[in-house]
Amino acid sequence: MGLLSKKDLKLITDPLADNNPVTIQVLGICSALAITAELEASIVMSVAVLFVLGIGNVVISLMRNIIPSKIRIIVQLIVVATLVIIVDLVLKAYAYQLSKTLSVFVGLIITNCIIMGRFEAFALANGPWKSFLDGIGNAFGYGLLLIIVGFFRELLGSGTLLGFEVLGNPIDKTGVYAFRYENNGFMLLAPMALITVGIIIWIQRSRNTALIED
Amino acid sequence: MEHLELFFKSVFIDNMVFATFLGMCSYLAVSKKVSTAVGLGAAVIFVMAITVPLNWLLDKYLLQDGALVWLGEEYASYDLSFLSFIMFIATIATMVQLVEIVVEKFAPTLYNSLGIFLPLIAVNCAILGGSLFMQSREIQSLGLALNYGVSSGIGFFLAILSIAAIREKIRYSNVPAPLRGLGITFIITGLMAIGFMSFGGMLTGGDEEEEPATEKTVVISKTQEKITANNTKD
Repeated sequence: MGLLSKKDLKLITDPLADNNPVTIQVLGICSALAITAELEASIVMSVAVLFVLGIGNVVISLMRNIIPSKIRIIVQLIVVATLVIIVDLVLKAYAYQLSKTLSVFVGLIITNCIIMGRFEAFALANGPWKSFLDGIGNAFGYGLLLIIVGFFRELLGSGTLLGFEVLGNPIDKTGVYAFRYENNGFMLLAPMALITVGIIIWIQRSRNTALIED
Repeated sequence: MEHLELFFKSVFIDNMVFATFLGMCSYLAVSKKVSTAVGLGAAVIFVMAITVPLNWLLDKYLLQDGALVWLGEEYASYDLSFLSFIMFIATIATMVQLVEIVVEKFAPTLYNSLGIFLPLIAVNCAILGGSLFMQSREIQSLGLALNYGVSSGIGFFLAILSIAAIREKIRYSNVPAPLRGLGITFIITGLMAIGFMSFGGMLTGGDEEEEPATEKTVVISKTQEKITANNTKD
């Protein structure tokens, strides 16, 4: 890896597990929970955040020396809002049904704390290349969690993955449904997203005891 | 009656935190002590009461399809709704700054209790979410928009107050070590959200309106399945 030094690589891999934006830094929870009832929506949301965070971090990092610190929040919000409008229009043009499913949550990427958090904590103090790596690293960490939650909620809740019936057809009683398996419709409801993330945090912290809070 | 219905709907049924997960970040970060939770909750009510009606006016007279008709007939075909994110967030950020300055000048005691939370609020998803839901649910009048802002704020206040009270007590309980702190808070919030779901039938009485809607979606998804099945056969 000539392009990425060890330190750079760490910027990408760290947020995947030990410094995960959702489970450790507690950023960006809102959208992580609301749209994970389907795997497809989770993936699209992760890609959208990847785009916004990667480019936004670079833009803020390039402007870091000319932004007066008093109005930096407004400047950051404008940069994010512009990028989010691009995402929103692209989604509306190429995946209209999906943009209906995500509804206001595309707009809420603007106030997704991950983005403001990374701008404040990293992009304002580091150069563009490092900021870009940090941005995509954190977006990957966020996306990883979203995809795990979305995977379990869709699999257990409606027995499908990305719309394919992996567990068989519940009406014709094929696949596992032949053995009296029933979908757990509760997984599709909002509260189970919280409990799923709670369980992921539990598993992660019992594997890595250094993360335990006292 | 309309007002009362909207009030109960936004405080209990569509509670910001438990039904739509908005404002989760500050809800988790600032709920360690009851006193700070009350401060943040009050600030959220305050800011939402200002920004939602303001954004309603912007939406009505500037952003909606054909909203510019008051300028003259030739402007009737303009649709600026793609600008709503940037307009809403700019309004919110400036209003938060303005409120901070005004409160500091005229009500120093209030400023001391709200002070540190006001800047946090500009990036609180609940505030922007309130404005976006106001737009997507097509709230009819300015009065209703004000009501929606205040009652959503109260819903957030209720949620953050109750979780802060629980977290203060749970410190004395024997929680498994890896769950301590964040993990148990998530699970408690999940259980509370299940509790709040029981408010669901409060306004419809017995879900007379809900039933056909769900049937319809099932029918639609089945036809979609058929279509995709046919496509894959081809």
